[in-house]
Amino acid sequence: MTHASPVLDVRHIKFKVGVRTILDDCSLTLNKGELKVLIGPSGAGKSTFLQCINFLQIPDSGEIFLEGEQITTNNVKQLCSYRSKVGMIFQDFKLFDHLTALDNVAIALRKVRKYTASAAKDRAMQELERVNLGDKTELYPAQLSGGQKQRVAFARALAMDPIVLLLDEPTSALDPELVGEVLQVIRDLAAHGMTMIMATHQMDFIRAISTEIIFMEQGRIIEQDSPANLLAPNCESRTKQFYNTLQSV
Amino acid sequence: MQIDLVFLQQDLLPALNRGLQISIALIVPASIIGFICGVILGCMRVYAKQWLRRLANAFVAIVRGVPLAIQLMFIYYALPKLGIYFEPYGAALTSFIICTSAYQSEYIRGAILSIRKGQILAAKSLGFTPLQTIVSIIIPQAARRALPGCGNEIIYLIKYSSLAYLVTCMELMGEGKVVASDTFRFFEVFAVVGLYYLAMVSIAQCILNYLEARTSIPGFQKR
Amino acid sequence: MLAGSLVTLGIVFGALSIGLIFGLFFAVLQVYGKAWQAALVGIYVFLFRGFPIIVLLFLGYGFFVALGLPANPFMISCVVLGCTSTAYQSQIFRGAIMSLRAGQFKAARALGMTDWQAIRYIIIPQALRLSIPGWSNEYSILLKDSAICFVLGTQDIMAKTSFAAARTHEHLALYAAAGLIYFILTLVVVKLLSRLENKLHIPGFTQANGDNNL
Repeated sequence: MTHASPVLDVRHIKFKVGVRTILDDCSLTLNKGELKVLIGPSGAGKSTFLQCINFLQIPDSGEIFLEGEQITTNNVKQLCSYRSKVGMIFQDFKLFDHLTALDNVAIALRKVRKYTASAAKDRAMQELERVNLGDKTELYPAQLSGGQKQRVAFARALAMDPIVLLLDEPTSALDPELVGEVLQVIRDLAAHGMTMIMATHQMDFIRAISTEIIFMEQGRIIEQDSPANLLAPNCESRTKQFYNTLQSV
Repeated sequence: MQIDLVFLQQDLLPALNRGLQISIALIVPASIIGFICGVILGCMRVYAKQWLRRLANAFVAIVRGVPLAIQLMFIYYALPKLGIYFEPYGAALTSFIICTSAYQSEYIRGAILSIRKGQILAAKSLGFTPLQTIVSIIIPQAARRALPGCGNEIIYLIKYSSLAYLVTCMELMGEGKVVASDTFRFFEVFAVVGLYYLAMVSIAQCILNYLEARTSIPGFQKR
Repeated sequence: MLAGSLVTLGIVFGALSIGLIFGLFFAVLQVYGKAWQAALVGIYVFLFRGFPIIVLLFLGYGFFVALGLPANPFMISCVVLGCTSTAYQSQIFRGAIMSLRAGQFKAARALGMTDWQAIRYIIIPQALRLSIPGWSNEYSILLKDSAICFVLGTQDIMAKTSFAAARTHEHLALYAAAGLIYFILTLVVVKLLSRLENKLHIPGFTQANGDNNL
């Protein structure tokens, strides 16, 4: 194989809550600059899969490699360093409620990356300007709109220079008129070659920019191919079926 | 009823000022140590192992279910039977610390539990260690949520410090009682004693309001 | 000590009833009354929340004596604790009234009710339901405060205990037993009140944001 080794390699993740299997043997590989999209009905395990990739939920079994290095969960230091290199965007933003937009971005730079206060502030400022929030730096989360909050969350994740970015339905908690500003941020990231996995229902957006669709149902990965193939007019895929139900609503 | 200035200046105020010093010597250490113990106890009730958590919960339930007057009498009169002796001041201080810490732990526990789970998840996802999460995320948020309740508790402590007189600790109330019994001027004496407490409570309230205003941020207002 | 328990409960329920009646009245005055009425209630609440109970008890004693009333310790205790409870309960009710949506009052007016009718038939029944948790708290506070009344010579649990302790020198056992009695008295009534709360429960009617509050 001439292929370069993948940036992120996730193998055979299993996750159970009690007797219920939430994830059953889910694997994926991610090469540099790829944008893979997780779709599927709610309850399929997309969110859990993303959280398992970041070890926010510890999987019952499976292996995860970042740039060839296997991540183990029993070493707190390695685990924290891994998480700091894998960015995460949540559906409900999860900004720190007691910090301004600027401090939300700066705090991890200071505490985790050990920047000085002024260096962290400069970098945070730069990231906020990148998402067009240079004038909202001193506002608290309670004073921001949903779209602004999500853009602060992007700035917070991007300030860490993540190798991979995980996005968990970043637009589904937003009012329809605010979705566009967040999608624009993602489009820019894709254009700059950011490596990403995203769970979403924005089908047209997926069609336009994703490199691969991963269809999940009941904790399993059912289909996995390029959008052109899965959504081709004469294709009988489960993905296509799902796409049509979404369109018909 | 005429106000007797001579009586006020020569008998009452000197005695009350003496008592005030003892009162403050009770209130300040009791509120500081009580608060620290309350924080430890509150954290234990959320994060500790189950048997420790149960123990702490039982302790708090007992302290909150039994009148402070009984606790004071118990410490001063009953513990000597077990060979533990206290001065009146020591007995009062000890029982105030025990009592405040139990009540404070309630507010601390509530504040910690009120922090949304997502805050911790977000900190984890950025690579915070557990200690960093506690220091930079949980404590600043919990402190703001707990401040009104903990402040109230300090106000209560100021008022209930008057019970120290039950175990013959001569603070504000005790001194007032002596003057009142000597002169039979119950109404005047206790009105002035009351004003002393009112003043202490008001000053404490002002400081707390200032603190709350200083640390207040959008999204964390009093609900 | 059993007789003492009855005296204690007598004081507590006497004070609770006084507090209920006047507290409700004061709360309505504070929310719907004129500015000066609200201010007077505010001053009353400030004074009675700022004075320690023990000081108020002696003040009440001095007051009764000065007025030439019979200085019955039980009566004085009831009245004094009743007055403090009025201050606290008025704030419980005020909070409950304010948490009702303003629309309730408007809707009543729209039906042609007078302000008094709206308060009597619409606001108070709702506010009382919302006040039950605060009320059970108030009961346990009053119960504990009543243990101070023995300084005036009431024959409550605390008085009987300290008297018996002085006579028999069994401080350890007696005070432990007294603590246990207070503990049980708290528990029983708090349980009863939470039963009452469930019984009076109306679907969809809970304290606003009850789950998110501290």
